[in-house]
Amino acid sequence: MVTTTSSRTPLSSPMETPADTPASRTFKVSSVPSEDDRADTLIEIKDFDFYYGTKQALFDINLKLDDKRVTAFIGPSGCGKSTLLRCLNRMNDLIDGTRITRGGVKVRGVDIYGRDVDSIELRKRVGMVFQKSNPFPKSIYENIVYGLRIQGVKSKARLDEVVEKSLRGAALWDEVKDRLHESGLSLSGGQQQRLCIARTIAVEPEVILMDEPCSALDPIATAKVEELIHELKKQFTIIIVTHSMQQAARCSDKTAFFYMGKLIEYADTRTIFMNPANAQTEAYVSGRFG
Amino acid sequence: MSTPAHPFASRPTAGRKFENATFWFFRVATYIILLAGLAVFGDIILKGSSTVFGAFKSTEHFPYVTNTFLSEAPETLYVFEDGGVKREMGDTEYRAYRESRIASALAAGEPAPQFKSESYVYSAGGIWPCIVGTVLLVVGSMAIALTLGVASAIFLSEYAKDGAFVRFVRLAILNLAGVPSIVFGLFGFGMFVIFFDWNVSLLAGWFTLAFMVLPVVITASEEALKAVPQGFREGSLALGATKWQTIRSNVLPYALPGILTSSILGIARVAGETAPIMFTAAYVVRDKLPWDVEKVSDFFFQGVMALPYHIYVVSSKIPQNEYTSRVQYGTAFVFLGIVALIALASILLRNNLRGRYKW
Ligand SMILES: Nc1ncnc2c1ncn2[C@@H]1O[C@H](COP(=O)(O)OP(=O)(O)OP(=O)(O)O)[C@@H](O)[C@H]1O
Ligand SMILES: [Mg+2]
Repeated sequence: MVTTTSSRTPLSSPMETPADTPASRTFKVSSVPSEDDRADTLIEIKDFDFYYGTKQALFDINLKLDDKRVTAFIGPSGCGKSTLLRCLNRMNDLIDGTRITRGGVKVRGVDIYGRDVDSIELRKRVGMVFQKSNPFPKSIYENIVYGLRIQGVKSKARLDEVVEKSLRGAALWDEVKDRLHESGLSLSGGQQQRLCIARTIAVEPEVILMDEPCSALDPIATAKVEELIHELKKQFTIIIVTHSMQQAARCSDKTAFFYMGKLIEYADTRTIFMNPANAQTEAYVSGRFG
Repeated sequence: MSTPAHPFASRPTAGRKFENATFWFFRVATYIILLAGLAVFGDIILKGSSTVFGAFKSTEHFPYVTNTFLSEAPETLYVFEDGGVKREMGDTEYRAYRESRIASALAAGEPAPQFKSESYVYSAGGIWPCIVGTVLLVVGSMAIALTLGVASAIFLSEYAKDGAFVRFVRLAILNLAGVPSIVFGLFGFGMFVIFFDWNVSLLAGWFTLAFMVLPVVITASEEALKAVPQGFREGSLALGATKWQTIRSNVLPYALPGILTSSILGIARVAGETAPIMFTAAYVVRDKLPWDVEKVSDFFFQGVMALPYHIYVVSSKIPQNEYTSRVQYGTAFVFLGIVALIALASILLRNNLRGRYKW
C-alpha cells in the first residue's frame, strides 16, 4: 500500500505489511507522499518547558515543524496540545501566571520569546483559528477586513479585493457573495468556521494554527474544511490540533503525538498511523486508550 | 376522617396549612408594596398634574400656548381681595395690576384703592431654572462619571492582573457605594468648594454627583465587559490587533448598551438626591439663567437651581399652606416625568444598540 516513506524518518520496521498493525485497518492514509518530500523547517521548538502558575503543562518539547506542510497534534485530552499551539503565537501571554522556564520557540530562526519581539507583529504572521468558531458580531465583510482595518488599510478597492480573495480562499465565496453585508452570525456553523479561516488568511500570515477547527461541525462541514486545508497548504503552513484520528490521517503530512505534556512521537503521518515506533502511540491511534 | 380514595388525595395537614400561610404572606407583602407605590405615584400625579396642566396660558405669538409653570422662574405669590373678588397673582403681575388700578382710580378722581395682600414665597411662577439646573447637573455628571468609570472598568477587567491591588480597588468601590449621600455632599463641599475653591458651582456639583455614581458605573461596566465572550478578544488579538484596538473595536461596542443603561439609570437616581448638591451646586434662588454669563468659564463656576433642592426648600424652609403645596407637588410631578424620560431614553438607546450587536 505504501511505497515510499520519508527519507528522514527512521522506521523501526518496513512498511510492506501494514495489515499487521491494527491502525492500518481503521485508517485510510493517503498512499501518495507529498510531491516534494523535503520541506524546510519553519518553526523550531527546543527544550521547551511551560507552566501555568506552578503546574507544569509541557515537558521538554523538541519539535521541528515543516514549512508549507500540515502538521497534526494528537493526544488524549489535557495532554497539552492546545497549550503548545497557543505558545506558537504567544496567545498564552494573555493568561496570568504562565511561564516558560526553559527552551524556546523559533520561527524562521527568530526566537519569538526574545526581548525585541512584538507579539502583535508575531500574530500577524502566525494566525489562529479557534475550536469554537468566533465570528465577530459584524457583517461578513467587516469580519474579513477586520485585520486589515486595524493595520490601517483604508482603500475600499483593496478591501473589496481582499474580501473576495479570502472568501474564495476559504471556499466560501459562492455561498456568501450575495450577502456580504449580513451578520457573520447568520451563517451556519461550518460556514462560520470557514469565515474565521477566511478572516485569518485575509491578513496573509505564514502559519495558521487550528485548534480543533472541526470539533463542532457535522461530517459534511468537516469534509469541506479538510478539503480547504488541502488547498491552503500550498500557501500556508498549517498546524492542526485534532481529536479525530481520521482527520489527522487524512489532512496531515506529519503527526506529533503528545501524552501528559510530553512529546511521545513525531513522524510522518503514515508512520504514526501504520507503523508507530512507540507502544503508547500505537495504543492511542488504534483506539485502545485516550 | 374517612380513608382517602387514592394515595394522592389531598389531606389538610399542618404542613399544607403552613404552605398556604407562606404563600399568602408572600402574596400580601407584594400587594402592600404595590399599594404603597401606587399611593405615592397616585398622590404626586394627581396633585402635581393639576399644577402643571393648570398653568397653560395662551400667548400672542407662536406657538400660541405656553405653560407658565414649566417656563417661568419662581415668584412670590400675592393673594388679595379686590372689589370683593379674591385674586392670586405672581409678583410682577401683582405690581403691574396694582399700578394700573391706582392709576385708573386717580384718573377717575377716586381715592386710591387699598390692597391688603398676603404673600407666599416661591408659590407663583414656575420652575424653569430648576429644570435647566437639573438637566445641566445630570448631563455634566454623566459625562464625568462615564469617562472615569468606563476607563477604570476597562483597566480593572481588561488590563489589571488579578491580585491584591485589584481586590483592594474592588473593595474600595464597593464601600464607596455604601457611603450616604450627605457624606458625599460634605466631601464635595470640603474638596471642591473649599479646597479647590470652586465655590458653589456646577463643576463642584458635577464632580460630587459623578463620584457618587461611580460605583454604579464601574460595576455595570465591568459586568457588561465580562459578558462579552472571550472569543471576540482572542479572535481579534490573533489577527494582530493590539489590546486597545481589540477593546475599542471588538469589546467596548458590544458592552456599551449594558454600560449606558445601568449608568444612565444610576445617574438619574443620583440626580434626585438633594444632599450631594445642597452644599456644592444648588442655590435656593437665582435670577439669572445658567447661559446668562459674561465669560464662558463663568458657566462652570456658577451655582444653579435644581429640582430636588427646590422641593426641599419649598417643603421645609417656608411656612406650609395650600399655595406652597401646589408648587411642591407640581415640582415633584415634573421631576418624576424627567426621570421617567431619562429612563425611557436609556431603554430606547439600549434596544437600538442591542439590535445592532447580537451574538
Ligand atoms: N488557563 C489554564 N490555567 C491552568 N491550567 C491550564 C490552563 N489551560 C490548560 N491548563 C492545563 O494544562 C494542561 C494541558 O491543557 P491543554 O488545554 O493544552 O490540553 P489539550 O491537549 O488541548 O486538551 P483538549 O484535547 O481537551 O483540548 C491540562 O492539564 C490543563 O488542565
Ligand atoms: Mg485543547
